[in-house]
Amino acid sequence: MIDTDVITNYIPLFVDGFFLTVKIGWLGILLSFLIGIIASAVLHFKVPVLSAVVKVYVELFRNTPLLVQLFFIYYGLPVLGFHVSAEGCGIVGLGLLGGSYMTETIRSGLDAVPPSQTESAIALGMSRPQVFWMIILPQAFSTSVPALVANVIFLLKETSVFSAISLMDLMFTAKDLIGLYYDTTESLFLLVVFYIIILLPVSIAGTVIEKKARYKIFGS
Amino acid sequence: MGFEVLFKGTNFIRLLEGLGVALRISMISVGISIVLGMILGTLMSLKNPVITVLSRIYLEIVHIMPQMVLLFIVFFGFSKVMGINIPAEASAIIVFSFWGTAEMGDLVRGCLISIPMIQYESSYALGMRRSKTYLYVIIPQIIRRLIPLSINLITRMIKTTSLIMMIGIVEVLKAGQQIIEANRRTSPHVAFGVFATVFLLYFLVCWPISQLSKYLEKRWS
Repeated sequence: MIDTDVITNYIPLFVDGFFLTVKIGWLGILLSFLIGIIASAVLHFKVPVLSAVVKVYVELFRNTPLLVQLFFIYYGLPVLGFHVSAEGCGIVGLGLLGGSYMTETIRSGLDAVPPSQTESAIALGMSRPQVFWMIILPQAFSTSVPALVANVIFLLKETSVFSAISLMDLMFTAKDLIGLYYDTTESLFLLVVFYIIILLPVSIAGTVIEKKARYKIFGS
Repeated sequence: MGFEVLFKGTNFIRLLEGLGVALRISMISVGISIVLGMILGTLMSLKNPVITVLSRIYLEIVHIMPQMVLLFIVFFGFSKVMGINIPAEASAIIVFSFWGTAEMGDLVRGCLISIPMIQYESSYALGMRRSKTYLYVIIPQIIRRLIPLSINLITRMIKTTSLIMMIGIVEVLKAGQQIIEANRRTSPHVAFGVFATVFLLYFLVCWPISQLSKYLEKRWS
């Protein structure tokens, strides 16, 4: 049913797509963490004006699909004079979508840190930024680990829509080969295998980290 | 800015029709997912080893496979391997229900095991039969916890329907693309106007639903 010759021929093509998917996926996730930390700090400290901007951003991006966001950035924005390359668009799109999810997650982690932590740190003579980076943020991260891992997995899965803005990722490679040679079974088989390679380690690592974080917090 | 194209002819109506297709597919899938998810969740809470292993594998597949890959497997793969030709809309409903059932099943299982033992014991002590205990004590509590979560599933389903354009269904995004193709020469800015409108349409549909889910979650917790 599966032709092994075809598979060996296709593997290099899929490896290229694999690296592109991984590259864009993780750069986008990195960007989403950055956006998430900054935006959740803005919400946590109730910075005037900026808080409102962050709230609108989070609602806008949480309630629209990534595909629509990508199309808007890739095809819509050039009209206004912003030209973004397909790769840049993928990273920015994934970063913005992920940023809105990360913001919500990290914010609820920040709010869960008891105020006595801030007060004690200030009493010990730490400056405001020091308190945020060294006391509040690490604790917020450890309480929101399960939700953060879920976000990372969600974002890695979302990378499958990049083929729509003609990035040569895994999905694009599979679609292309199905269209050209009609080797549907082999292409789909390789597609599934490569997505398993990307996501299964993250899923397993997530379970392990979650257990460790739980142990730290609840002691069991 | 390209917004004027939307008022030409039936363009805006076509976008709305596309949105209708997306909503129809997601509502059918949510309906199927809720029913099958309840059954799956109840089965999983029984702690039968065979069911546990099978459901773990099923949940993990859904957990790590992008919906787009599943769509391709059902739409392209099934016709090649088994010779059955599944229409695009049916493939979409199959994939979204497959995904939604797993999500829903996990939620139902979580709710079932979160009901403390004492609720069952107290009802039995009051002389209620097993069926009455479930009907009057356990199920109302579960439904209350499930409603906000299932409403949340609806918005995620609606957002994911944007993928179905990749297997050739004319939903709102595809309709938008067709309008852009047809009007590119007369109004060069059409891409901005149409995609901004599609973006807003999705937001206008999903935002109220997710607000409702948030509100119910706060009120009932």
